[in-house]
Parts: sequence; structure tokens; C-alpha cells
Amino acid sequence: MLRMASSFPEEVLEHVFSFIQSDADRNSISMVCKSWYEIERWCRRRIFVGNCYAVSPRMVIRRFPDVRSIELKGKPHFADFNLVPEGWGGYVDPWISAMAMAYPWLEEIRLKRMVVTDESLELIAKSFKNFKALVLSSCEGFSTDGLAAIAANCRNLRELDLRESDVDDLSGHWLSHFPDTYTSLVSLDISCLGSEMSFTALERLVGRCPNLRSLRLNRTVPIEKLANLLRQAPQLVELGTGAYSAELRPEVFSNLAGALSGCKELKSLSGFWEAVPAYLPAVYSICPGLTSLNLSYAAIQSPHLIKLLSHCPKLQRLWVLDYIEDVGLEALAASCKDLRELRVFPSDPFVAEPNVSLTEQGLVSVSGGCPKLHSVLYFCRQMSNAALTTIARNRPNFTCFRLCIIEPRTPDYLTLGPLDAGFGAIVEHCKDLRRLSVSGLLTDRAFEYIGTYAKKLEMLSLAFAGDSDLGLHHVLSGCENLRKLEIRDCPFGDKALLANAAKLETMRSLWMSSCMVSYGACKLLGQKMPRLNVEVIDERGPPDTRPESCPVEKLYIYRSVAGPRFDMPGFVWTMDEDSSALRLS
Amino acid sequence: MPTPLEHDYIGLTEPSSSSSSCLVMERSSENKNISSSSSSSISSSTLTEDEKIKETELRLGLPGSHSLERKPGGLSLFGKDLEEKHNNNNNNNNNNKRGFSDAIDGSSGKWVFSHRVCNGSESEADLGKGSVLFSPRGGNVEGKTNGNGAHQSVPAMKDVVPISKSVAVHETKTQVSEHGSAPPAAKAQVVGWPPIRSFRKNTMASNLAKNNEEETQDKSGSGCLYVKVSMDGAPYLRKVDLKTCTNYRELSLALEKMFSCFTIGQCGASGLPERKGLTESRLMDLLHGSEYVVTYEDKDEDWMLVGDVPWDMFTDTCRRLRIMKGSEAIGLAPRAMEKCKNQN
Repeated sequence: MLRMASSFPEEVLEHVFSFIQSDADRNSISMVCKSWYEIERWCRRRIFVGNCYAVSPRMVIRRFPDVRSIELKGKPHFADFNLVPEGWGGYVDPWISAMAMAYPWLEEIRLKRMVVTDESLELIAKSFKNFKALVLSSCEGFSTDGLAAIAANCRNLRELDLRESDVDDLSGHWLSHFPDTYTSLVSLDISCLGSEMSFTALERLVGRCPNLRSLRLNRTVPIEKLANLLRQAPQLVELGTGAYSAELRPEVFSNLAGALSGCKELKSLSGFWEAVPAYLPAVYSICPGLTSLNLSYAAIQSPHLIKLLSHCPKLQRLWVLDYIEDVGLEALAASCKDLRELRVFPSDPFVAEPNVSLTEQGLVSVSGGCPKLHSVLYFCRQMSNAALTTIARNRPNFTCFRLCIIEPRTPDYLTLGPLDAGFGAIVEHCKDLRRLSVSGLLTDRAFEYIGTYAKKLEMLSLAFAGDSDLGLHHVLSGCENLRKLEIRDCPFGDKALLANAAKLETMRSLWMSSCMVSYGACKLLGQKMPRLNVEVIDERGPPDTRPESCPVEKLYIYRSVAGPRFDMPGFVWTMDEDSSALRLS
Repeated sequence: MPTPLEHDYIGLTEPSSSSSSCLVMERSSENKNISSSSSSSISSSTLTEDEKIKETELRLGLPGSHSLERKPGGLSLFGKDLEEKHNNNNNNNNNNKRGFSDAIDGSSGKWVFSHRVCNGSESEADLGKGSVLFSPRGGNVEGKTNGNGAHQSVPAMKDVVPISKSVAVHETKTQVSEHGSAPPAAKAQVVGWPPIRSFRKNTMASNLAKNNEEETQDKSGSGCLYVKVSMDGAPYLRKVDLKTCTNYRELSLALEKMFSCFTIGQCGASGLPERKGLTESRLMDLLHGSEYVVTYEDKDEDWMLVGDVPWDMFTDTCRRLRIMKGSEAIGLAPRAMEKCKNQN
């Protein structure tokens, strides 16, 4: 049997492996036997590192010598909501430096929540001759100077995507650094940039790139100029408009409507900054083919939204503000039977009283009317167990259910009791649920339901919920597939954490902030679990200047084969095996 | 010594077959030790009475802490935060008419690093050591007052729960029933809640501002205004949300909080013998030593001393902040004072 495996030519195995792209399958292949491990590692081209501190660049390079595409994620998810102090980490520079020498044929770099510098961007521009795709999602630390370097040097660049990054926007001039000979652009997302660009440079760029499929502009591109761009790129599949408002002028409107109708391939629309209803009908001609619509920056009221949505029978993804209201969601349920994903964002989350008529009813309508709906993010101000149960029964195919009741600890508005039963129904009926965010008034019972039923759950977000460590214990001991757990402001302390310490090694990461985990417990965990990095984030000063029982402000625990990191700022301490709070500077 | 809390656990679980959730609570007398065999859990040390009490205190402390002297606005370092809708705080709300540096400490513009401390340790011997790293300035403990009205309560000593700063105080049902506290019903905004990305918040804020002719809510509800803050000598910059502060005092508190870790760091690795010395030398430092001046870059790209103009004008024009060593700012302060004199 063993001999059979070794007499199989490597080339054949490599060829077979090339059909297998999923990381999980590749990992399985590599564990079959030593020779398969060797063959597989030489031919793996795509690497995904979910936590950049879980492994070191050197280790990755040592094992996979010929990688063409890498994806890295840095900061914890709660960094999106400003819970991770600036300077925490997530620096990509060491990776870029290492890869610049080891992977001259690297083609793609995708980063999420990482700190990128102009130096790194320049290094990328210089080092990878066949560089094709740069995706910086929610990144920061770089300026338009770095982008200029990319534009000037990456002759084969196909994709430049800066979605939601925080860019030091020095000027729009960087775009002009794309040489006139450059024609390979396929996808450009500059929607996060603030400064004006030379419109002629943009137009010429768009005009000379025949393969451009996706163009997401920033809000400085006025609506009057949109038509010109579109006429240069009628092959667009995805469009993000710039500012979508102006005084209604018939010639501007008809020009735009005409240009849009020429884009027969258009499937996705976004942008709509400062949108005014008057210009919405300009998109009607392409609505029948539209599968994705992001109106979440458009303060458009429900009657206009309803009208627009009635033209979009093929819509699969809708992101919208709560101006859509229950009545709009009901209309959505009636007209968009192919809907897969819905996100409803709050227009004014910081006022106590609702400013729009959006309640749990909207979500009930959509869950009832859209049989393919499987992913929801919903902000609202009231919820009931009855509604949640109805939603769960309507839509057992949810894979992602994120409900945010704006006021923390809001009870069922009908019974004034906790929403345990409602979320219990969700996890019980939705057997394929992979991602869940809960809110409202919840006791430990809710977590008992989650631990009991949510067996496929991979990511769970908790806030202002639970009564005691029992809640956390239910989750850690029950959710077998849990990979990421993020918790804030819950009364969870040492016991559940320590009792389920081994579980933490099976997960990517655990975030706990404003909970009750003591410094002593963190130290213990750090000592006893060498393959976990236990990092205490505390801006009050060194934790050992306070009693051991004192709870830490924030705690981030993640498994790692790279050992503790050395790039921590002054407010992060790693709990090392050497038992004292260690911060190597 | 068994505790009721541990009993719950033991009653609840049996060792399960899956090793990853093996729950073994070993009653250790003194030491923390891991249970033998391949047990995958860690037994925590038995809770001492003190610890139990502390836990209770911690839970009690959860909701009501906004009443502490640390103005919630000043605590927020990033993002939405404790913005109190009604004035239930004992901080000065009167608008700071004096210069920023004056607000901090008389005339010298020194940095004040007051320090929030996890208390709950009245019973512990190291209270003196552990609780006050820096002298809480602002005129209360030492009896000094700054012109704006001092903190009305002793700062560090009364702080109970550091985590409370980010806990929404509004509760309709007692969450901590097992510990018996009924939280006050005050509403407060909370850092990072609701969970909306900064990009979206900033965008919506400017959208709202453009769409609403009249302000239907106070400006603090309509978004955030992040500016970079650099401090001479610090290895990295921070960002502060100016919307979380309503006056210069809060800004100063927020900045202290952010940069206090640098002054801590400067004291080197903390070891026991150093701690006392740490306290004293820090104190000395603050009282007599390095002075810092806060400056900002305005829309015209000029560097100005913080504190000259009314707060609203400041937030409108401020693009970034820089905390300079006093020695470098020698030129600035006197001019500012002169301007004041001329204006009066």
C-alpha cells in the first residue's frame, strides 16, 4: 500500500491537487502522508491567514515556497467599532518585507484590518513584477503617496480595492500615476477616498481599460460627470456612483439615464452618497438585471425606495437604511423573491426615540416573503420573542443572523421579559447558522439554547448579555464549531474561561472587553496554555500594579504557533509562560 | 474552601467525553494547580472571601459608575461613548472660558495624569501601592482647586470598576440579580455601540448635517470627529474623537488617559521595589518636571495653542493635535497670553 503511493508520479498528484482549491481540503491532503505533504506544500499557491499573529511570515514561507496569493487579517473584528485602541498592532510590513524576498511571483495581496505603510506599498510596487491584485479592506496607515507608487509601477495590476480603508488622502493626483500604457484595470474601488481627483485622468483611465468590470467612485465625482464615465465603460458589471445629488436638470437626468441604459451588464449598484429621489429613476432601465443594490448611504424615504425596488425582481442583495421602514420591507418581500442577503442600517442610532417606523415587523415580512433569504443584519429598536420565533420558523435556512436592538438590554416589548426564547428559536430552527449576533435583554438561558442548538456556529458576537459565567460556559462547551467569539460588557469572569481553556485552542480567537476576567486568571491562562497568546489590553497602566483579582479592561486570546508577538504597544501585555506580565519593548 | 459559585459548576457538569470541554474544578487549598492527567481545564484557585466581595463590588459597580468623577466623555478614547443626555454628573459643565492650559493646572499648563484604579481592595494591604500611581490632580485630593471647579469627588479612590465606563447604564431589568444591585436608570451612550463602523458613522454624520436644515439633536449625537494626536517622544500616534468632549477639560482628561501609558512606560519594567519609588518619582515629575503643552493644527495649517477659542470654534477648525514639550512651545504661550490680554 505504501509502495503504491510512492510509485505514483509526483506530477500526476500535483495535477490532481491543482483542482483542489479550498484551504480545508488542501490541509487534509497534506496530512495524508509525508510525500503528499511535500508535494502539496510545493504546489499550494493560495494562503489564507485569518490572524496575522497566529503564524510568522518565516514559517509560512518555509512551508510554502511558491505562493502567488495571500490573504491576511489583522485586528480583531471589534476594532471596527473602536474597541481596539490605536497602535494595537496588525502591521503588515514584516510580511511584505519577507515576501518581497521569498515570493517574487506573488500576484495578490488581500488585507483586512491591517496597518499598511507607504513603505510597504512601495516595496510591493517594486518587488512583485507580476502583481495583479491589491485589496485593502478596513486598513489604515498609508497615504495616497503609496497608492501612487502602486499605480506607477504595477504594470499588470488588475484589481485595486480600498474598501473602507482609512487613507491619508493627500491629494487625488495619485491616479495620474497610472501610465498611459497601462490598460489592464479590471476592478477599482476608491469609494473611501475623500479628495477630488482629476476627472480627465479618471476618464482616460477608464477609457483605455477595456476589461474594466467594477468601478466604485468616491463622493467627489459629481453626478453630472457620471454619464461620461459610463459611456467609456459600457461593459461595467459593478458601479459605485459618486455623489448622487444635484438640482434636477432634465438634460443631466436624461444623459445619465441614457448612459446607464447602455450598460447592459450592470448587476450591482452602490455609492449613492447624498442621493436625492429625483435622480433615482435614472437607474430604472438597468434594474431588471440588478442583483445587488447598496443604498445604505442614501437618505431616501420609503415611497421612493418602494418604487425603485419594484423594478428589481432579481435582487439578491440589498443594503439599505431604516428609512425603508416596515412598509418598504413588506414591499421588498413582495417584489424581490430572489433576495438572499438583507442589511438594514440605522439612520440615526443615537437618538432614543425612533425616527422611522421600522420595527420587528419588517424583518418578519421579509423572512416570510423571501424564501432564499439566508443572511441578515438588522438594526431596530424593538423586538419580541413571538417575532423571532416566527422569523425562525419562516426562514430556517439562515446562515448569518445579526440582530442589533439599538438600546442595550431591551426586553421583549410585549412581555417585558428576556428575549431568550426568541433567540432560542433562531438557533433551534436554523440548523446551518454559522454566524450570530445577539442583542436585547438576555439571560444565561439564551446561551444555554445557543450551546445546545448552534452546533454549526462559527462566529458569535455578544454584548450586554447574560447573568453569570454559566452563560459563557454554555457557549464554550456547547458550540462545537466555534471559531471566533467576541464579547463586550457581559458579566463573564474567570471560571468559565479557565474551565474551558482547551476550547480556546480550537478557536481562532476570543475577545472580551469590559467583562470580569481577572488579571490573575489571564496570567494563569498564559502560563498553562503555551499555544495561546493571552494579551491583556489595559490603558490604566501595568496590570501588576493592581490586585490580581482586578478585572482587565480588555482581553484578546488567540492561538498561535508563532509565540508571543513583539510589536505590542504600551497598553498591551502578553501573559507569558514566565508568569509575569511580559512586555518586551 | 468551597464557594457557592463553584458549587453551581460542579452540579452542572459531568466530565464529558469530548476533551475540549472537560470541566474539572479542583478544590485547591492555596495554590492554583492544574488537575492531573490530560484534563483540559484549569482549576482556579478557591475564591477568597475578599475576592468574592470584590466580585460583588465589581458587579455593583457596573451600572452606576458614570457618577464617578471621570466625566464619561473624557473616558472615551475612540468612537461613540458615554454621552450623557442629562446632567447627572458632578463634573463641571460650565463652559471653560479659560485657556486650555489654565484649565489643567493653574498657569503652568502641566499635564495631569490622574489614574483610575481598580479598587475593591480596601481590605488589601497594597491599597496604598496599587491604587494611586499618580497624584490625582485637579485640585481635590490635595485641596488645590483649579479655576473651573474641581472634581467634586475624590477621583481614584472611589473608582470601583474600570469596565463600567463602557457599560450602558440603562437597564430595565436587573442584570445582576444574583448580586442584588438595582442600577440607576440613567441613559448614557457607550463606546462602540451600536456597532456601526466609523466609516459609516462619519458618512452618515455629514449626510445628516447636510440634509437637516435645523438641528434636531445636539451635535454630540450626530457622529464623531476623529483627529490624530501626537505626543513628542511617544512611539505612535493616537486618535481622539472631539465630539465626545464638550469642553477643554474633557479633552484634557481624554488625552491624559491616552498618553498616561507612555509616562508609565518610561519608568521601566515594574518590579515590586520600584513601585513605591514609581509613585513618588512620578509625582515629583508632574509637580516639578516635564511640562507639556497641547497644540493643534487648524484649517489654515497653522499650529495654535489649544484653549484660546471657544470650544465649538475649536472643534470646527481643529485638524490634528500635538502634545509638545513645554520647552519647545516657549514661543507660543506668552503670545497667547498677550492675545488674551489684548482681547480683554
